[in-house]
Amino acid sequence: MNNNFNFYSKFKSANIFSLIIFLTSIIFIFFKGLNYGIDFKGGTLIELRADNTDATSIRSVLNKMSLGDVNVKKFGKDGDYLIKVEQKENKNNKIISQIKKNLFDNLNTDINFRRVENVGPKVSSELLQSGIIAISLSLAAMLFYIWIRFEWQFSVGSIIALFHDVVITLGIFSLLSLEINLSIIAAVLTIVGYSMNDTVVIYDRIRENLNKYNRLDINEIANLSINDTLARTIITSVTTLLALSSIFILGGDILRGFSFAMILGVIIGTYSSIFVASPILKLFKVTYKTLEKEEDKIIP
Amino acid sequence: MLNFSKINVLTIYLIFFLVAIFSFLNFQDKNNQFIDKKVNLGLDLQGGSYLLLEINSDTLIAEKIQDKVIPIKKLLKTNNINYSNFIINNQSLSFNINEIDKFDLIFYSRKDNLVNPYIDNYRSFELEYKKRENNQIEILFSKFGLLTVNNAALKQSIEIVRRRIDDVGTKEPTILQRGEKRILVELPGLKDPERVKELLGKTAKLNFRLVSENSQFGTDELISENGEKLNVSKRIIMSGENLIDAQPNINNQNNEPTVSFTLDRIGAQKFGRATTDNVGKNLAIVLDGKIVSAPSINEPITSGSGMISGNFTFQEVTDLALLLRSGALPTPLLVVEERTVGPDLGEDSIRSGIMSLIVGFILVILFMFYKYRIFGLIANTALIANLLMLVGILTILEATLTLPGIAGIILTVGMAVDANVLIFERIKEELKTEKSIIHAFHTGYSKAKITVLDANITTLIAAVILFAFGSGPVKGFAITLGIGIITTLFTAYFLARHLTSIVVLKNKNGEIRI
Repeated sequence: MNNNFNFYSKFKSANIFSLIIFLTSIIFIFFKGLNYGIDFKGGTLIELRADNTDATSIRSVLNKMSLGDVNVKKFGKDGDYLIKVEQKENKNNKIISQIKKNLFDNLNTDINFRRVENVGPKVSSELLQSGIIAISLSLAAMLFYIWIRFEWQFSVGSIIALFHDVVITLGIFSLLSLEINLSIIAAVLTIVGYSMNDTVVIYDRIRENLNKYNRLDINEIANLSINDTLARTIITSVTTLLALSSIFILGGDILRGFSFAMILGVIIGTYSSIFVASPILKLFKVTYKTLEKEEDKIIP
Repeated sequence: MLNFSKINVLTIYLIFFLVAIFSFLNFQDKNNQFIDKKVNLGLDLQGGSYLLLEINSDTLIAEKIQDKVIPIKKLLKTNNINYSNFIINNQSLSFNINEIDKFDLIFYSRKDNLVNPYIDNYRSFELEYKKRENNQIEILFSKFGLLTVNNAALKQSIEIVRRRIDDVGTKEPTILQRGEKRILVELPGLKDPERVKELLGKTAKLNFRLVSENSQFGTDELISENGEKLNVSKRIIMSGENLIDAQPNINNQNNEPTVSFTLDRIGAQKFGRATTDNVGKNLAIVLDGKIVSAPSINEPITSGSGMISGNFTFQEVTDLALLLRSGALPTPLLVVEERTVGPDLGEDSIRSGIMSLIVGFILVILFMFYKYRIFGLIANTALIANLLMLVGILTILEATLTLPGIAGIILTVGMAVDANVLIFERIKEELKTEKSIIHAFHTGYSKAKITVLDANITTLIAAVILFAFGSGPVKGFAITLGIGIITTLFTAYFLARHLTSIVVLKNKNGEIRI
């Protein structure tokens, strides 16, 4: 396979496209907001399996308890329901047992409580905080690593691409009102790792080609390097997506959000390595001299 | 890059077999007598309860500051410092004095200071005072005093939580301190944590106090078991600390469930004296500020044992006996986080996790074979070896496998081939310009090496951060992802390279196509 696609000619339109999607995502995140799950908002989640009932009866039992905002919906298989209860204050250890008792007493059917989660307001805000710290820290660590391995232009370029990926993934989650919970944070961090992995492979080739063809413009070098590594980029994305689709389809409801975020992230991350991280080097006026200067610094 | 000395080959395969063999330990039915290691299943896979408990520091401090009232008054009196306006606030004490300098000297004395002890570890006093307007002084716990008090209460609480949970008889509970105020409890296999939560939610402070006729000074108005208000003396005759045993019982006379208790020597003396002096009066048995029962004292009880009755069910007396045996918690514990997974959901998760692992694995293997043929087989062999080593290391570490952890393994399967893909694609390029096949493979491997390392270290960084910040199931994901990267590097760079070298060296004069 001898690839010679002209990515370079599409850099401009791709950048405009990215910018629009990026800004739209920010608008969505700020104005529509993110749909935080109980991990980050606090509250109670109950997954139950019961045969002879429906969401309406469950809802009416819970509404009588005046718990605040209650959300009941079908989930997964027939007879499975997911209950979410907003929680105002966590001074009551008994809320779950009260809910269970009320459901048992009023529904007159066998209830199997498959999953119960309850997160207090203090813990949920701590979890959110540590999630934000973890993502920021991983971005900073990547910035630092690339700065050591390459030059600052590359490190800033890759971080902008990562930022692009994370914001757009969250933007799509906001658009579709998908729940943000602990496993989504894990997915976002993995996306950061994956997207970085993809970017590094192209950057590595750009560095090599800069030394080889020092008369070419950085955009042409980028184009050449993207083509050189294109087969790898596609094959790795395909195998990763194959594995992720398998989780998405067969992995059950608990992993669905996680694998969906990862699938989005792999697609956006692959796109951004080609169309965001590479053109940015032009913006920073990277030439073969950038590399020389660095080498001079290291070996005086 | 294609030359392997015999010793190298031996080392590579020895490492592989030593690690991979551990993965098979998970499939044995009986416990192996020599090496009993297995991957632990997380609560989300085997079912169970995760509870995060928090001590109520405010009530604790309020109590502790009250304990300081008498010592401080005594201190002022013995040193002839006149005070007025002594007020007990929620978290502090305040009073007015004129001789602040003198007070300062005594209050911050390091020698035999029982009222305000000096904590050597922190180089700080337990209490501090602040000057307010009009010679008013406010005494409160210092920063390190608070830390010491909380820490002591937390340590004590952990001990009591452990006793109560052991008494319930769940298998292999995990009870750990988390931070300054929290206790993490993991109860594998427990289907319904409500009983445990109920047991942990009670402080179980028991004391015996006399009921007085009228609401004179020094009495509390408490609610009795049948709802009436009783005036009970503040003076505590004896408290739960003097209990050495408590057992549920059925009263022979009226078939009522009761708790029978045995007192230690001091408790028996106190109890004997009080019951001797107060025959005919009522004795209130107070549990967590509520009267359980208030029987009248018919005769002196000097045997050091007794019985608590009061409209209990048998379950209630069993729990009460358990609580009394384990001792009182210093503060109520609040459940700030709870995650319970039923056993059938756990089984479903394992099933769907394994299913998606198998399917994902087959898809990737087929794709790689279709793409690279003979070298695809090499990459696939490396992938299988990779999985065996990954599970082997998880077994050696006795790591906990969670549902996101399984997702991490599947993701590793998808991403692990990347190292070989990078290498193969590079070799393809080299083959275009290089005539010697061996040379092309050699350059391909060495040029791809740095890229492969860079690419994997970035993912490793993400995994490490995830491990540091993640909790529970997410940590399991970080573990499998991180170990997966290490086994990927090993299998791609040693195993797959060796297999490649065999193929290449065999066909060095023929055609090789990747």
